[in-house]
Parts: sequence; structure tokens; C-alpha cells
Amino acid sequence: MNKIFALAGVVIKELYRRKDFYVLFVLTALITVGAGMANFFHDDKIVRYVKDLCLLLIWVSALVIAIVTTSRQIPAEREARTIFPLLAKPVSRGQVIVGKFLGCWLATGVALLVFYVFFAIIIGSKEQHWPVLIYLQAAWMQWLMLAIVIGMVLLGSIYFAAPSSTSTISFVVVVGILLLGGHLNVIALQQPEPMQTLLAVIYYGMPHLEWYDLRDFVVYNLGSASLLATLLATLYAALWTGIFLFLAWLGFHRKSLTT
Amino acid sequence: MKLSPPVILAALLALAFSLAVSLAPRIDGWSNRDKSNNVIGMMFGDGRKLFANHFFTMADVYFHSGYYPSVFDRNASEQKEIIAASHGKKESEEDEKKEIFFNQPKDWVDAFGRNFRITQHTHLEHHDEREILPWLRLAADLDPQKIETFTVGAFFLREHLNRADQAEAFLREGLRNNPDSYEILFELGRLYQESYHDLNRARNAWELGVKKFLVLPEAVRNDNKIVYEALVVNLAYLEKEAGHWPEAIRWFELGIKVSPNPAALQQQINLIHQNLAAPLPGAPGKLY
Repeated sequence: MNKIFALAGVVIKELYRRKDFYVLFVLTALITVGAGMANFFHDDKIVRYVKDLCLLLIWVSALVIAIVTTSRQIPAEREARTIFPLLAKPVSRGQVIVGKFLGCWLATGVALLVFYVFFAIIIGSKEQHWPVLIYLQAAWMQWLMLAIVIGMVLLGSIYFAAPSSTSTISFVVVVGILLLGGHLNVIALQQPEPMQTLLAVIYYGMPHLEWYDLRDFVVYNLGSASLLATLLATLYAALWTGIFLFLAWLGFHRKSLTT
Repeated sequence: MKLSPPVILAALLALAFSLAVSLAPRIDGWSNRDKSNNVIGMMFGDGRKLFANHFFTMADVYFHSGYYPSVFDRNASEQKEIIAASHGKKESEEDEKKEIFFNQPKDWVDAFGRNFRITQHTHLEHHDEREILPWLRLAADLDPQKIETFTVGAFFLREHLNRADQAEAFLREGLRNNPDSYEILFELGRLYQESYHDLNRARNAWELGVKKFLVLPEAVRNDNKIVYEALVVNLAYLEKEAGHWPEAIRWFELGIKVSPNPAALQQQINLIHQNLAAPLPGAPGKLY
């Protein structure tokens, strides 16, 4: 376990050495503060559009950080040939996969924490309302979604040629699931066979990332989602992350590192 | 003859400047650029209308606190409720049922996913209606010719937020952009009557609205009789309230021609005739 945490620690250090997070955070902060300063009909109590915008930016930024950070982990090790001294130590390929996953997941968790603290301060100061539990639930669900995404990207980084292609394909898949995932069954019903069956299989067989988006609950002050459902969603995320990590390990286990 | 590079450069610059001066007025005339003489207009061109429609829809989404059909749900293209509300329509139980776009869950994925979606139909209230205003402001900036943005925005400002001054300013802005809009004039008249209790200005706005409506082509008039009916009926009640009986009768008679409930308007005319036939003791002979 120590080896996995040591590998994860390296990934976290990499995140705060690189400038991706800082740039995205400053951009989010500037846009949110700018939007918050806008005056509509001389009414300074209007706040939901700021919440909406800020949460959207947090979602985009967290996805960018997760996907970009994860997609370059193993290709960068191979390209720099640091993978050989790493595997020469008593570290298995499985531990490398889990360590890389854990590092990316914890690193995005840290980034998410900073984003949500900023969100809570900005919105709380404007709204004079601090629904901390709802924020925690929304952040937790988003972090779970990112676990699935990181697992998926790690799997992609084993099979795809370059980090750029892994990132691009991952973005397309994740955004596609977020936008269409919940409606694929309806779309399937309108298609002729065999497309109908194919879409239905994809609908049941894909990870439903759209469940983890609780932004509406936060924006419209509608309380929290069911705790039992959150617990089940946590198990679902753990299951999918496990599937992706297992597939990544299978691929990495057999992969020749010299080519 | 050999020309030095600085001379060639100066000649080319002079030529470019002369062409720019001579062509600029003509190019201005080629496009409607003066109509959208702002940064947004320059950036998006006519595409800004798409964004304006989207922002107007966002106002309706906020009005329902996120309970809103997606393009994949039924009822997706029905009339926006903020428009219906601004026309004074109260929701019946039947309307509420119509807006339940979530049927029984189709499968376990759909059923479980509803734990993380807003599944309750609510409307903003207790001054939270202010939250729709940024979207209406953006929609108005992007498409100043979208009249509903101004009438809906002014209605919520006036009726729900007690901001008659802001509502009037918004309607005036709408009227500057759409000087022939009888809908905006109707809303302006309502504002003068209900918020300022200024019957003269309400009458002026509504009468101007009727004039603007009557100069429209017949096909357009036939499609927009509802606002015309609202204008003439409101004018009739206003004149009745002011004690201007002949004027009131004249507006009621115009209203009968377009109203879905002419009997009620006829009843109002009969009541006025009764009042005229039996003036109150001590009432002046002249009606107004």
C-alpha cells in the first residue's frame, strides 16, 4: 500500500508543479467574480446565475484537470523511459496503475476542494446562506464521477497512441454521456433495428455519469438528494472504476514497454 | 523611372486611405450594420437571435427551478409559462397535469437517475422571481426585436417585485427598439393603470396600441386578436371607471367583435345603458 501512496504522491506533486490548475482556477475566479459584479435592474440579490456559471466552470475545469493529468501519466513515463527504473523496483504493474489512479483522483479531489471553497465563499457572501452539506454532497458526487472518468482515461492511455488522442476521445465520450446518457433509451426507441438494440445495449452498458451532476440542487436551493441513492451511486462508481482499472491492468500487464 | 520604396509605400497608403474614404459610406449601406451597432451584434450577427431564444428559455427554466423538459421529453416545445403568467393566466389543475413530463420510469436506470434530477413542478415565488431577470436582460441585449422579452420582464418586475420604475424603463427600452409594438404599449398601459393609477397615461398608451394594431396587414391582425381584444376591453373598463359612458360603450362594442366571450361584454353595455336611463339623484346631467 505504501508503494501505491508513494506513486500517488508523485502525481499530486506533479499537479501542483504544473500550471493547468492555477490557470483554470484563476479563469474560473475571474469569470465568476466578473459575473457576480454585473448589475441587473439594480437588484443586488440576484445570485442563481452566478452559481450556475461558477458550477459549470468548476465542472469543465475539473474534467480538464482529470482528463489531461491522467492521459499523460503512463505515456510520459514511457517516453521519458522512467517506467523502466520504476518497474525495476519492487513495484508491480498493477500497483503502478492503482498508484497513478489514486494520485490523479486525489489531485483532482484537492483541486475540487479549492474550487468548492471558493464557490461557497463567493455565493455565501452574496446569498448569506451556507448549505455546507449540500455543497459537500455535490462535491462528493462530482469526485465520484471523476473517479470513473480517471479510470476510463487511464484505460485509454494504455491503448491509444498519444496523450492528445486519449484526451480528445475521453472528452467526447464523457461529454456525450453527460449530455445524452439519460436520454439514450428514448433515442433508441426512435431508431430502426439494429440501431435500436445497439443503442439500448450502450444505454445499459455504459457508466451513467449524468447521475453525479447535482448542480440543479445547489443552484435552485432544493435541498440534498436522497442519501441512500448517494450511497448506491457511490457503490456504482466504485464498481465502474474497478472495471476500468482492471481492464487497464490487463492491457498494461501484457503491453510491451519498449515499442 | 525608378521609385524609391518610401515613395511606393506612401502612394499605396494614400490609395488605401482614398479607397477607404470613398467606399465606407457605400459599404455601410450594403448591410444593416447600423441596426446592430454594438459589440454583441458585431460578434454574433443574426446568430445572436438563437442565443437570445436560449436565454429566454433559461428564464423559463429558472422560473420552474430546473423542472423543465429536455428536447427528448414530451411537452418540450409547448408555450413558455413565463409568457402565460405575464398574460395573467393562472394555472389550473389540468394545466399542472399537462406539465408533468416525467411519466412512469422507463427502466431502472431512469428510475434511479430521478433521485438526482428535479422532479417537482414548482414556480418561483416570494420575490425569488428576480432570478429570471439576468436571462431576460441578456435576451433583450442579444435580440432587441424580441418583444416578449420586454413584456415578460416588465410584468415580473412590476407584479412580483414591485419595481414599477424598472419595469417602465425596460418597456421604454423595448419601445425604442420596437416603436410599433402594440404588445409593449399594452403592457405599458397596464403599468400606468395598475402601478401608478394614472388613467390618462394608460389611456394614451392603449389608444396608441390600438392605432398601431389597426395599421397592420389583415393577416397579421387576424393572428394577433388576443392583444387587440385585451387593449379594447381594458380601454372600455378604463372609460367605464372614469365615467365616460359613450366611450366605454364604443370600446365594448369593438371588444364584442373579437372577444371569445361577447355576452359578458354585452352585459357591461346593458349595465351602462341602465345607468344612463336612470341617473342617480343629484347626478349632473352631463356625463363627462
